[in-house]
Amino acid sequence: MTHKILIVDDEPNIVLSLEFLMEQSGYTVAVARDGEEALAQMASFRPDLVLLDIMLPKMNGYEVCQKIRATPDWAGVRVLMLSAKGRELEVSKGLALGADGYVTKPFSTRDLMDQVRRLLDE
Amino acid sequence: MKAFFARHMFACTLAALFSALLAVISLFLLLTGLDMAPAQRALHFEALAQQAGMLAALAAILLMLLAASLKQVFDAWFTPLSRLAEEAALLSANPGHRAAPKGAATVRLLAERLNALAAASQRVGDEGQARLDSAMRSLADEKNRLAALMADLMLGVVVCNLEGRILLYNTRAAQLLDSGTSMGLGRSVFGVVERGLIVHALEQVQHQLREDDCDEHDAAHPVSAFVATQAAGQVMRIQMAPVLDQDQALNGFVLTVEDISRQAQAQERDSALLEALTLGARSALANIRAAAETLRAFPDMEAERRLRFTAVIEEESQLLAQRVDASAARHDDSAKSRWQLEEMRGADLMALLLRRMQGRSLQIVPGPPPEPTLWLSVDSYVLCQALTNLAERITPVAGALHLEFQHAGRLAQIDLAWEGEPPPDGDPELAVMIERHGGDSMLLTEAPGRMRWRLLLPTLLPRAAVELPRKRQGRPAFYDFDLFHQPGQSAEMDARPLALLNYTVFDTETTGLDPAGGDEIISIGALRIVNGRLLQQESFERLLRPRHGVSPQSMAIHGISDAMLKDQPNSTEVLPLFHRYAEDSVLVAHNAAFDMRFLRMQEDAADVVFGQPVLDTLLLSQVLHPNQAEHSLEAIAARLGVAVVGRHTALGDAYVTAEVFLRMLALLAEMGIVTLGQARDAAGRTPYARIHY
Repeated sequence: MTHKILIVDDEPNIVLSLEFLMEQSGYTVAVARDGEEALAQMASFRPDLVLLDIMLPKMNGYEVCQKIRATPDWAGVRVLMLSAKGRELEVSKGLALGADGYVTKPFSTRDLMDQVRRLLDE
Repeated sequence: MKAFFARHMFACTLAALFSALLAVISLFLLLTGLDMAPAQRALHFEALAQQAGMLAALAAILLMLLAASLKQVFDAWFTPLSRLAEEAALLSANPGHRAAPKGAATVRLLAERLNALAAASQRVGDEGQARLDSAMRSLADEKNRLAALMADLMLGVVVCNLEGRILLYNTRAAQLLDSGTSMGLGRSVFGVVERGLIVHALEQVQHQLREDDCDEHDAAHPVSAFVATQAAGQVMRIQMAPVLDQDQALNGFVLTVEDISRQAQAQERDSALLEALTLGARSALANIRAAAETLRAFPDMEAERRLRFTAVIEEESQLLAQRVDASAARHDDSAKSRWQLEEMRGADLMALLLRRMQGRSLQIVPGPPPEPTLWLSVDSYVLCQALTNLAERITPVAGALHLEFQHAGRLAQIDLAWEGEPPPDGDPELAVMIERHGGDSMLLTEAPGRMRWRLLLPTLLPRAAVELPRKRQGRPAFYDFDLFHQPGQSAEMDARPLALLNYTVFDTETTGLDPAGGDEIISIGALRIVNGRLLQQESFERLLRPRHGVSPQSMAIHGISDAMLKDQPNSTEVLPLFHRYAEDSVLVAHNAAFDMRFLRMQEDAADVVFGQPVLDTLLLSQVLHPNQAEHSLEAIAARLGVAVVGRHTALGDAYVTAEVFLRMLALLAEMGIVTLGQARDAAGRTPYARIHY
């Protein structure tokens, strides 16, 4: 069974690469452009892993992460935060709110793919 | 009757004496007549009657004799004594009056004794007056200096007593703090600065004072800083320093006020700029990098998709370039100064927070204090206020509220944990406070019903103990001045213990390095050491107007320009003052030959001679640490643990030299060098001294 990945980011220029890379690795991919759409996709698409940007329209990534963690139904979902906010403070906050990993932009696509694979294998 | 008698003392006395004498003689004649037989008695009275003319003549003679001798008595005793009594009374009004010795020898002696006594009392009075005058003069000078200093300060200064009554303030303080007419002597400072802020700062200072009591060696001067916002929106940074009385008890406080609105704005602008630039750059770079790496990883990608990836790279690169240009253009060079929050130890902040919360009767269970190396940059007033307000909104269903401080990497975690519901939303000040501290907060649910509110704050690197000074350049280590043959040296001086001597520790700044070529002293700074104590209050600091200009190389070191010197007195005026200041003391300087050589060049013109013995900390350092390569003042200060402040001002360097010298005295004593002579001998045997002399 192929893993499902939800990409939550409002920038089409990064979504283009992320979507292509994930598909090439054999994952099923869905894209959400803001926080609310992300939560809707959580319910309908039921992803195994969420690539979650922090600065999003409508609802930010921290809130989305908190909502995911507060829903028992989605307990096994992996959350990998992906953000240009790279201060220790923000990383620390993301992890405290329940993210499984935090990747600071810009990132190496190889490292990102490795991390996605590792999280899904756990 | 009495008055009449007093006025005509002589006549009255004479009349009384004469009448008494006449009465006695008459009585005698009468009685002798009465004793006789009746026949003889008649004869007796007859004879008396016949002799009446002669009797009258005799009486006249008697009167004259009596008058003459009475006059003698009056002149020798009575008159001069009465006069003396008057003159003695006069002394209280005119202490300079002296009685003229007249009359009998004893009376003259009395007058002389009285004069001697008056002279002694006048001397005592004059000395007292002179001391009083000089004390008043120096008090007035001090007051004028303080007033001048305060008037010219860019800082606002307000001096208050413990009740917050304004005792002194300068115009700048009035401009900065006063929107109406609240600022005035004797008025309450709470009219111009919010009471809560002052009380908070006072508490901080008192806390620090108590801590210092426990730890005598911590010489840190307790100060507390806070930021106040004025009605018109200006941001003031206010610093409070305590005023202590003789028993070291808090007696009042001094506020210094600085308008940091511009810095605050500039910093906000800078931070926003930097954040926008970083975030924007990171996103753009992420997009470019991901696209580029994808292109390389999949070389066989279909042409249409490839075009889309290359388009992303182009578009994002251009966007990034534009962003960088825009940021660079907006960058404000002038806003380099930073709005500094107060630096505070985490443990102190926790203690303060705990006191504040308990002060509002909240039940708090504190966790262990954070390690002492945790330092934060905070506005402790605003932070405590906001957190206490938050704590008040939390109602634990069971148990108390837990307050925990932790050091997590480069962040500090301040946690409030409790059992119950999340706090009701809505303290806009809390969010503002968190943003201003560059922090963030979150609400975590540890388990159903177990809440944890976490504040993350950036930490500071632990404070460095000693600020390392810049390297001093340009001054040669040797100078052609013979330190070891000062005219004021003597065997008696040499035998005196170092610990009992008075010292004048000084430093000079000069126009250049060549005294023989016309370079001159332009600044003298000095401090006195008396009884082994550095008298910081009695420093000497003067600028001197040189005949020629300051060399650019020297100006680069001490920063004194010709413009600063043009209205200063010249060396013929200042050197006598310094000479008086340094009187009866041993001179101490670092690389003293340099300074002494300059002084010597200008001695003749100023008509003074600095002939006292000289000690050089450069040479003493060689005595103490012959194996160290570096004997610069910085190196020695670092070696002896002396904090270096205000270098490259004459007084600042004199201060460092004095502190260094005091520490050296103890070390010299350990080596058995206890007298001035021993110290000079040892210094004279060091290689630096030998090279030259």
